[in-house]
Amino acid sequence: MSSPLNSKALAGSKLRTRPLTATIILFGGVAALLFSLALSISVGAADISLGTVWNGVFHFDAENIQHQIIKELRMPRALAAALVGAAFAVAGSVMQGMTRNPLADSSLLGINAGAGFMLALCFAFFPSISYTGLMLVCFLGAAVSMGLVYGIGSMAKGGLTPVRLTLAGAAVGALLLAITEGIALYYKIGQDLAFWYAGGVAGTKWEQIQIVSPWVIGALIGAIVLSRSITLLSLGEDVAAGLGQRTGLVKAAGVIIVLLLAGTAVSAVGSIGFVGLIIPHISRFLVGVDYRWIIPSSAVLGSLLMVLADIGGRIINPPQEVAIGIIIAVLGVPFFLYLVTKMKGE
Amino acid sequence: MDTLYLTATEQRRRKRAVLVMTVLSTLIVVSFIISMNTGYIRLAPIDVLKTLFGAGTDKQELILFDFRLPRIVISILIGAGFAVSGCIIQGISRNPLADPGLLGINAGAGLAVILFISYYPPTQKGSIFLMPFLALIGAALTALLIFVLSYKRHRGLLPTRMILVGIAVAAGISASMQILILRLTPEKYQYFAVWMAGSIWGTNWKYVLALLPWLLIILPFVQYKAKSLNALNLGDQMAIGLGAQVNKERAWLLAAAVGLAGSCVAVGGGIGFVGLIAPHLARRLVGPQHQVLVPASAFVGALLVIVADTLARWAFQPNEIPTGIVVAVIGAPYFLYLLSRSK
Repeated sequence: MSSPLNSKALAGSKLRTRPLTATIILFGGVAALLFSLALSISVGAADISLGTVWNGVFHFDAENIQHQIIKELRMPRALAAALVGAAFAVAGSVMQGMTRNPLADSSLLGINAGAGFMLALCFAFFPSISYTGLMLVCFLGAAVSMGLVYGIGSMAKGGLTPVRLTLAGAAVGALLLAITEGIALYYKIGQDLAFWYAGGVAGTKWEQIQIVSPWVIGALIGAIVLSRSITLLSLGEDVAAGLGQRTGLVKAAGVIIVLLLAGTAVSAVGSIGFVGLIIPHISRFLVGVDYRWIIPSSAVLGSLLMVLADIGGRIINPPQEVAIGIIIAVLGVPFFLYLVTKMKGE
Repeated sequence: MDTLYLTATEQRRRKRAVLVMTVLSTLIVVSFIISMNTGYIRLAPIDVLKTLFGAGTDKQELILFDFRLPRIVISILIGAGFAVSGCIIQGISRNPLADPGLLGINAGAGLAVILFISYYPPTQKGSIFLMPFLALIGAALTALLIFVLSYKRHRGLLPTRMILVGIAVAAGISASMQILILRLTPEKYQYFAVWMAGSIWGTNWKYVLALLPWLLIILPFVQYKAKSLNALNLGDQMAIGLGAQVNKERAWLLAAAVGLAGSCVAVGGGIGFVGLIAPHLARRLVGPQHQVLVPASAFVGALLVIVADTLARWAFQPNEIPTGIVVAVIGAPYFLYLLSRSK
């Protein structure tokens, strides 16, 4: 495969990739991820030693209460954090790459609000819906709001600027949130919905992981397959088209991947913002501009961030837990502000 | 020659403004009467009039004077307050898409209120009068943060950055509100949820009394400062050239905007988009001169909220939905329309 992006083609330009750093990050990140997963399983109201975690995972003993805690509560929770972290982060990097928009994030662009809106509809009208059904409905909501945001953002003269996209996202998000609140109040499902929406990864069940993981993993693989084309798109649509890329097709595939990732992640843990914003930036800073490295690094770092945030939420104020979304927002808001102040062309 | 021409335009503008205000106030009176008829128990217009002049039954008096009237009065006050607040913010930031809600000022006030509810029972005596102050402090701190972050020396306020910073700060605040929400007892949660969705639950004259002084002081002040708003709207350099003390004027006007938004949020909850739409509609009606734009915005805002509140009571009878939701359903599409037309 003759890639136009090998280091020779890019030599002399400002665009750099750092395959070595990327490899180190991938291996180191996976190792750190495994360690933090183990830590996440061991930390909590009942402290479990890392040795017991090892035994509980690999030599499960149904009689042992600690092993049961590990299997029924801690493991699904830790895995869910890792999965949705990867999902939000990769959704963010695909969006940022395709639209060349440094502020793209599924929660800021109102996509999570769309999924949450459909969630509220389901809670109100079809409370007995299956989990798979719930997930599909979340996709649909995500798709509709994404369509709205991008459609309206690109209608204006001058096209889809980052600012316009963020504003459209904020307004569509506010609209959907208002209707969601209305439904929640009218049908008195407010606190159920709040627990779902802000509850984060606590209380995740194996059943959810089983349903969610094929979609997330499939979409992640899709994103990696598409990564080369996304790199081209990130150089500008003209460049990509000039290099013989069918940009329409790539964009459509990218949008589907984003929807799959954001929709499933929201259906599993609710709306967690800013992961999709921070992680792609950090990855880009570390590994350079090639999305073939950015996307896998984002997946690993996103998982890592989410698992660590979940651990942090449990140890900040025991025995109460701080929701994972809050920890991420506390990190994410200053980061977003930093990006905004660095933005040019104001 | 110029002076003559200017006075002619000025006169036409004044005439037009007077016409617009007359039409708007008629509309407000009409919706006032319709709003008094609407609700769980319907009252015929003639009964409304009878009761107003003291010839109604006890039940009719109770419904009208103790439930409907305070709520309608509050709708009008809140509408005017938010609208003028938005008008100021749009004027000084020179940003047609600025709105107290989108800028996170409502979220700041919300955070203050939820903190208060968490640690202090809202039914306790005196809390009604304390809440506007707290909401105000929350709104003021948020506004300060946003302005500090979007201010650049020599270049003044950067309008785009201000909006982005506002969105980020609002997102951060709503995330921290989530923790507090999950810790509330179910009763307190319901109280807060209804408040946050922008329900005008203050069906009580006390709330009117709590809100009225703020508006009575701040609205005339803004009207008095209308000329400074005109100057600031031209940009810092032009304003300095016209002899305005830019920073001082801006600080005063900003304080007024925050005072209005904060006190209205405290009584009416998170009603967004009024501050965005009302000044826009008003600008279309009377033009960009703040001497007429400020009162016109107030009228449009009052009309908007009173209509939204009536719809909220009427649309899903016998249940009510919070007014803020109706306003958002009307306001967000309008905002998106403005956005799609912006350059």
